[in-house]
Amino acid sequence: MRKSLATLGSSLGAIFLALFICAVLLLVTGKDPLAAYGKILETGFTSDKFVEMLKRATPLIFSAIAVAIGFKMNLFNIGVEGQYLFAALIAAEMGTHVSLPAPLHVLFILVVAMVSGAAWASIAAFLKIVRGINEVISTIMLNYIALSFIQWLFETFFRDDSDGGLNVKTTKIAPSGRMPDLVHDRLNGMFIVALLVAFVFWIVVFRSRFGFRLRASGLNPIAARTAGIPASRMILVALMLSGAVAGLVAMPAVIGDVYGYGPSAIATQYGFAGIAVALLGRNHPLGIVGAAMLFGFLDSTSAELQLSGIPSSIVKVIQAIIVLVVVIVNEASSRRYNRRTAERAAMALKSLDARL
Amino acid sequence: MAIISTVRLWTDQDALTSSGTIGTALRLTVPILLAGMAGLWAERCGVINIGIEGMMIFGTWFGAWGAWQFGPWVGLLFAILGGMFGGLVHAVATVRFNIDQVISGVVINLFAFFGVRYLSELVYVGKPGGGISQSPPQKSALPRFNLPILSGGEIAGWKSPDFLGWLESQRWFILGDFGGIGRGLTHNLSWATVIAIIIVPVSAWALWRTRFGLRLRSSGESPVAAESLGVKVNRLRYYGLLISGGLAGLAGGTLSIVASSYYRQGQTAGRGFIGLATMIFGNWRPSGILTGAMLFGYAEGIKLVASDSITALFLFIAAISAVFFIYSVIRRKRVQVLVTLVAFIVSAIAYRTIDTVPESLTQSLPYVVTLIVLATANQRLRPPAMAGVPFRPGEPH
Repeated sequence: MRKSLATLGSSLGAIFLALFICAVLLLVTGKDPLAAYGKILETGFTSDKFVEMLKRATPLIFSAIAVAIGFKMNLFNIGVEGQYLFAALIAAEMGTHVSLPAPLHVLFILVVAMVSGAAWASIAAFLKIVRGINEVISTIMLNYIALSFIQWLFETFFRDDSDGGLNVKTTKIAPSGRMPDLVHDRLNGMFIVALLVAFVFWIVVFRSRFGFRLRASGLNPIAARTAGIPASRMILVALMLSGAVAGLVAMPAVIGDVYGYGPSAIATQYGFAGIAVALLGRNHPLGIVGAAMLFGFLDSTSAELQLSGIPSSIVKVIQAIIVLVVVIVNEASSRRYNRRTAERAAMALKSLDARL
Repeated sequence: MAIISTVRLWTDQDALTSSGTIGTALRLTVPILLAGMAGLWAERCGVINIGIEGMMIFGTWFGAWGAWQFGPWVGLLFAILGGMFGGLVHAVATVRFNIDQVISGVVINLFAFFGVRYLSELVYVGKPGGGISQSPPQKSALPRFNLPILSGGEIAGWKSPDFLGWLESQRWFILGDFGGIGRGLTHNLSWATVIAIIIVPVSAWALWRTRFGLRLRSSGESPVAAESLGVKVNRLRYYGLLISGGLAGLAGGTLSIVASSYYRQGQTAGRGFIGLATMIFGNWRPSGILTGAMLFGYAEGIKLVASDSITALFLFIAAISAVFFIYSVIRRKRVQVLVTLVAFIVSAIAYRTIDTVPESLTQSLPYVVTLIVLATANQRLRPPAMAGVPFRPGEPH
């Protein structure tokens, strides 16, 4: 408890430090930081923006949890980007080929998305298990391979021009396969799914035997192997789980907004933003949801910032700086924590010696 | 050489070795080559640099800004400085604060992408031809030249003959190809290209033939041993990352100053990662990186200049694997026999059946090749032993 409070404290401190750095940056570039922050706070705390914040946070939660599952096992899944885009295309296309009653149809699409995300992630897992290729490198490469593979699949097979216009997409998913809205046209049910996934993530990773093995393999692979935890199977399962959650990243758009896949309709870069959110949230479900909300909050204000003459990209710069500072502060504080634990252990040992 | 010449004459695809293709390939090679060298310098001193892409983005932006304000040479300098800034951030984060090197790199990529967007909004919006995602065009370009005698360059006002160009136009077996390739490498050359090529031997010399290089490499191979011998590991990692950032920035600068005349968002297009792939492909050695960069640059170049000659390349691969097949049968290497036979059959079938290769798939070639190289030659690759492992001086190990 004390440790988690300290964590929260150091994270908040880091965020303020980052905001300070950004203020300096704004000043140097000739903008008034107080005006910018005032505008962010002013527009961010309206009920309109609250809904938008939740909407923008949804894909980030999925993406960050996907990254966090890997992190928990010391696996760096940079491939969320490729996994979710691949899953988006496959799920959008498969969703048009079945006719099921409403809830089952939605469920079917979600399952297809998770399976295809997991399938794409499993390539990296196999390369790591069979050939010992570092997953950082392979997932980066697979991201780009995924991008061109998706483009080829889309252009040759899945493209549907019947809608006309420049904004080409796959065939529209039937109404039975669409996610109902929570707030009409502005927030769909995927937000609930995201919270659900965060909860399941907590149960599975922090409260189950499997999660214990996962974390053990991440903390000390040699000890874990000695304890009989199969290393390669854990890698495969962890990466596939990560990919499965990654598969959901684009779903808020695919079944809640666009009702299909289109190269310009599905936003990219969520995979990388997810890494940032996972780092900020320290791979803990509550932290991730909070961090995603913070990012969503900042993102939701960008349009108004632009209108009042402040470059909206500053929001993204703030995010990047927050993450960098938080990571540095975390590293420093965890090192201090470890050192203090070591000192305390040494003291205890000494007093034990004295008593003997 | 004989093989590609045969393939050219057989398929009648002159573009395979025309000076146009080679020239384009060379231009596309340069940024990849520099990005690969940036990766080399970082990993040789013991720090993984995923942030090359971001440092390149800094390079494109600051390079374009410098070139727009003060001319191309100053632009290149600004590109290097911009990249070095990224390298410095990476160094402070990983060396000073010991945070995970991959994480730092990823964050730098994000920071660079949005940071320059912010700067564009401040500086370029409202200028003629400029906007949030691109800079105004530069007024002047870097000078280009032709090599005298070989490709018709001028010496003191005298226009020398274009010997290689003449050779190329004859289309003779081998000699014609030689002419085409040679002319492509020496004709209409930008000084930035020359600098980039020179960086390869200079890096090799600095890393393997100087005291500084030995110490820098030892910080990547065995920092503990290096420290015990009095090497200031962390300081060398700072130097290594500054050089790495500078090279990445220069790579970006060549994109926004040499290859085009303005900065555009997304101009790097993942070339930082191709550079990383090239470094792995080249087994963390300058000569290997040069080979890899030329391979990927050629693949990209032929796609741009003559996309219909790509199928001829299948024949080329088939012919090469046939040669290696015979060679490995003679040498009785069972695995090689199998691999080359499969490669031969696959590429031969591909040549007979595929008429056009979709552009979207050829884009992923460098990445696929790198994964294949990693998967097949993993045992023979030798990265610096301690690249990626944080090092804290003065602590017990």
